[in-house]
Amino acid sequence: MDNRVSLPNSLVSVQNLSFSRGDKKIFDDISLEFERGKVTAIMGPSGTGKTTLLKLIGGQLFPKQGSIIVDGNNVHSLRRTELYNLRKRMGMLFQSGALLTDMNVFDNVAFPLREHTHLPESMIRTLVLMKLQAVGLRGARNLMPNELSGGMARRIALARAIALDPMMIMYDEPFTGQDPISKGALVHLIKSLNTILGLTSIVVSHDVHETAAIADYIYVISEGKIVGQGTPKEIAQSESDWVQQFMTGAADGPAHFHYPAKDYVDDLLSTGRRY
Amino acid sequence: MIEFLQQLGKNTHTGFTKLGRGTFFLLQVISGILSVLPRPRLLLNQMYSVGVLSFLIISISGLFVGMVLGLQGYYILSDFGAEETLGVMVAASLVRELGPVVSALLFAGRAGSALTAEIGLMKATEQLSGMEMMAVDPIKRIISPRFLAGCLSMPLLAALFSAIGIIGGQLVGSGLLGVDEGAYWAQMQANLDFQDDIVNGVIKSIVFGFVTSWIALFEGYDAVPTSEGVSRATTRTVVNSAFSILGLDFILTTLMFGDN
Ligand SMILES: Nc1ncnc2c1ncn2[C@@H]1O[C@H](COP(=O)(O)OP(=O)(O)OP(=O)(O)O)[C@@H](O)[C@H]1O
Ligand SMILES: [Mg+2]
Repeated sequence: MDNRVSLPNSLVSVQNLSFSRGDKKIFDDISLEFERGKVTAIMGPSGTGKTTLLKLIGGQLFPKQGSIIVDGNNVHSLRRTELYNLRKRMGMLFQSGALLTDMNVFDNVAFPLREHTHLPESMIRTLVLMKLQAVGLRGARNLMPNELSGGMARRIALARAIALDPMMIMYDEPFTGQDPISKGALVHLIKSLNTILGLTSIVVSHDVHETAAIADYIYVISEGKIVGQGTPKEIAQSESDWVQQFMTGAADGPAHFHYPAKDYVDDLLSTGRRY
Repeated sequence: MIEFLQQLGKNTHTGFTKLGRGTFFLLQVISGILSVLPRPRLLLNQMYSVGVLSFLIISISGLFVGMVLGLQGYYILSDFGAEETLGVMVAASLVRELGPVVSALLFAGRAGSALTAEIGLMKATEQLSGMEMMAVDPIKRIISPRFLAGCLSMPLLAALFSAIGIIGGQLVGSGLLGVDEGAYWAQMQANLDFQDDIVNGVIKSIVFGFVTSWIALFEGYDAVPTSEGVSRATTRTVVNSAFSILGLDFILTTLMFGDN
């Protein structure tokens, strides 16, 4: 329960965090710092718990051990109303977009504004159109979520995440499903939100090049541990096998493509039971 | 034998923890109702999709149930030369029993299953989670208005069912079988009791609306967030609502009509 911030300049600080799902250890005593006004990337193989980490920071999951401090508040010792007030200042872009399917694009982006502010409708319209313009989808305002492609849905969700002008945004895989043009535009957008508005950004991504282009600092996580960290340059030159494997995409190396399983041959030959 | 007992113990345990979660959920939903009151639009939208869209099925079923009651009642009563009292019989059966019970069963099938599927899918597609991250409480914003709409719609739908059923009984009774129309209505008016029949019927339908909405919303909220999980939850809503409605009807009837 200590509310001390370890680095004066970090907005989010994850301290000695451990978390398990059932018997599976997702995080084993890791610590990360996310500096104010910077873009910090989290990379790592699929299934290491990147999404889980964002949900822990957002206070949707509870850690087994350790604490998470956001802007001086220990997320998991806040009372409910305090947590909700903190969340108004944290934007999150879900991997799936998580748009509300019973309203159109415009109303989705307007949703947080209508819930949390008492702005007149004309002002809301202006704000929504500005956010939609920023993600290049102002023309799609009347479409329903089921009429959007996956990539479009994610951009709309980004417009919604920045609707309340938060102090930070957590992006879960913003580049997946984007064509090269919109990928480039998104990279630019994340960077400019960061430099112009001074937003702190946490970007979870597999896209090595895009991430290296915008990140100020990168953490590489694998099997519950931080296996590498540093500026994009340092990461690219890292000697660590883990990091090299991840950056070059080799199937062989310390990180496994396969989810833990018993020996393949044994598995194929054991016909006794069905599974 | 040991295995059976273990399984029984395990099932009882999961049953009780689910009941506990359900109760906690209900308390949250009820306390969320306060924040629905300043936003009547949320409630009206839900009254429309929960209540108004059930109108047709309730009306048609009410008409047929009333007509069948008219026929059956006439055959029995005319044996005793008491076909004049057909109106009483039809109205009492509807207002006391069939109105609340059958309309609640239909409501569970029509609106309850839809609510479970809707909430379950919102959970599976992370819409509820996303809302939490936008600092909007999904219970207050999504669940409570639907709960309130269910509780308010049910008595109205039951009343509609009974009213149309009574007309159906009259159509068959005096239109087809020649019971005196004046007698049908007069006997009904003279012999139905406001407290015993109408109020008790309304209390029943309020209880059924409460329980059905609770089950439907909780099953959706508690569903395993996959397509299979949602489909199972929808089935459970219909089955559990039906059991609860019929079981509660027996208990309520015993309490209401037991000692007179
Ligand atoms: N609801 C859940 N219940 C149990 N285990 C879960 C649940 N959600 C995720 N997991 C497990 O937690 C681990 C981390 O999941 P997470 O979604 O955080 O991975 P990720 O790093 O975001 O992967 P990806 O890059 O594929 O999105 C996975 O091994 C997964 O099996
Ligand atoms: Mg993920």
